[in-house]
Amino acid sequence: MTAAAAVLPGTFANGVARGRVEIVQFLRDRTAVVFTFAFPAMLLLLFGTIFGDDYENSGISVAQVYTASMIAYGILNTGFITMGSGLALDREDGTLKRLHGTPITSTAYLLGKLILVFVLSVAEVATLLLVGVLVYDMPMPEASHWVTFAWLFLLSVIACTLCGIAVSALVKHARTAGAILNVPVVALQFISGVFIHPITQLPAWLITVASFFPVKWMSQGFRYVFLPDSMKRYEAAGQWELGRTAMVLGAWCVIGLVLCLLTFRWSEKDQ
Amino acid sequence: MAGMDAIEVRGLRKTYRGHDAVRGIDLSVTRGEVFALLGPNGAGKTTTVEILEGHRKRSGGEVSVLGEDPGAAGRAWRARIGVVLQDAEDAADLTVTEMVRHIAGFYPDPRPVEEVIDLVGLTEKRKSKIRALSGGQRRRVDVALGMVGRPELLFLDEPTTGFDPAARRQFWDLIRTLAAEGTTILLTTHYLEEAEALADRLAVLAGGLIVAEGTPATLGGRAAAGAKVSWRHGGVQHTEQVTDPTELIRKLVAEEADLTTLTVTRPTLEDTYLQLIGVN
Repeated sequence: MTAAAAVLPGTFANGVARGRVEIVQFLRDRTAVVFTFAFPAMLLLLFGTIFGDDYENSGISVAQVYTASMIAYGILNTGFITMGSGLALDREDGTLKRLHGTPITSTAYLLGKLILVFVLSVAEVATLLLVGVLVYDMPMPEASHWVTFAWLFLLSVIACTLCGIAVSALVKHARTAGAILNVPVVALQFISGVFIHPITQLPAWLITVASFFPVKWMSQGFRYVFLPDSMKRYEAAGQWELGRTAMVLGAWCVIGLVLCLLTFRWSEKDQ
Repeated sequence: MAGMDAIEVRGLRKTYRGHDAVRGIDLSVTRGEVFALLGPNGAGKTTTVEILEGHRKRSGGEVSVLGEDPGAAGRAWRARIGVVLQDAEDAADLTVTEMVRHIAGFYPDPRPVEEVIDLVGLTEKRKSKIRALSGGQRRRVDVALGMVGRPELLFLDEPTTGFDPAARRQFWDLIRTLAAEGTTILLTTHYLEEAEALADRLAVLAGGLIVAEGTPATLGGRAAAGAKVSWRHGGVQHTEQVTDPTELIRKLVAEEADLTTLTVTRPTLEDTYLQLIGVN
């Protein structure tokens, strides 16, 4: 028995191998590539063009505010939507069943997905910033803001990804995944200060509802990173609330992880 | 481990929302054996195999596969089995080599990637995307992925559905090669000639129960069913049903009967099978 001496490859190595294959497959699907990256950029160009004015003589253009806020949308798009529909597709086309027939762990599979989302999110944010800088002359922030950016980006990606995995349990067919997942996504954009800002235009109760979800805190956090400090007066609390942002996003990471562990299944439930 | 059966099933039951898909089956497959599970659609074949693979939970009974309960077995156990999927469409954008190499990476001691691709006859297609392969070639990728980890036990669920006759023969040779290396093989199939060509033993499932078990030659009392001897003599068709045709033919030869139209037929496996599942 030659196998007796050999050891099972580790979960981390398998996860990285999954991540590589996920990225290769994503890049070979041109439609997905174009749609994932062009859609948020197109929205940014549209909003920036339609509402092109200054923010009440603050010296900041609406387009710059949108650039910052749309980063939240970009991550939601790559994390929540890509993950939710990707998992439904993996369940439908046999990927999950195939992997479950091998010694790979579910952690390695999910690590692969997280790597894919992480790479896509970095590319997505870079695309949006490129549009912001080239088209709307957005100034880049100082170094200390990039530190905030780093933890905000990480927490946002993890929270969105885990919630996407959890919600994919509700998606029965990959065909309808996009439609189902876009309902919470679009609704949250409108009430979380991404599409409509200042958020204070919204009724107070709607802001309260939005405050329970991560998107409001993500968009607010990215506005802190990329806009001057004076812009905080347009926020719901008149403050950037970085501590609370970290807490809410951290809580969603935990909620997402628990939901994931409760709902993730290799195979469909017995029919 | 010597002497232990590869698969040992006692009183296996599976109920889906009050519907009994598997109603108490016993099964044992010896190490190194090629065992075929036959049965019409809905007989419980796939359910049974999925329970043995650890892909489905059973409702009752005892199951041991390679000495472990598939419902509770871990990664080390998974490394010792191979699963050939029935209708997967995954990894369409990867090439054959990329996918085989990827799956090989999950096993402790995989076969060399080129060797596996060569064994399933896809060397010329190794750089093609899986999306671009024909249905039969796609299934051969599935077989490659099932065997790349050097499994002790290989599950094949209707592996040759959609193959042309030449591809099927080639596939049978591949299964014989694996069996000759000592791999235990559990096969489900619709094709009687496939079971006859490959299986050491087989069982027929119908309505969630095993209705017959045996070797291809003895299944359902086939060996004892005797033979039908027909010949024409003096413009008259004669037919006789006998247990052993030797005596009758010897007699005919002695009588110098005209034997140019002589036929001896036994019930085919298909006749026996159709009778077992209650079609005839």
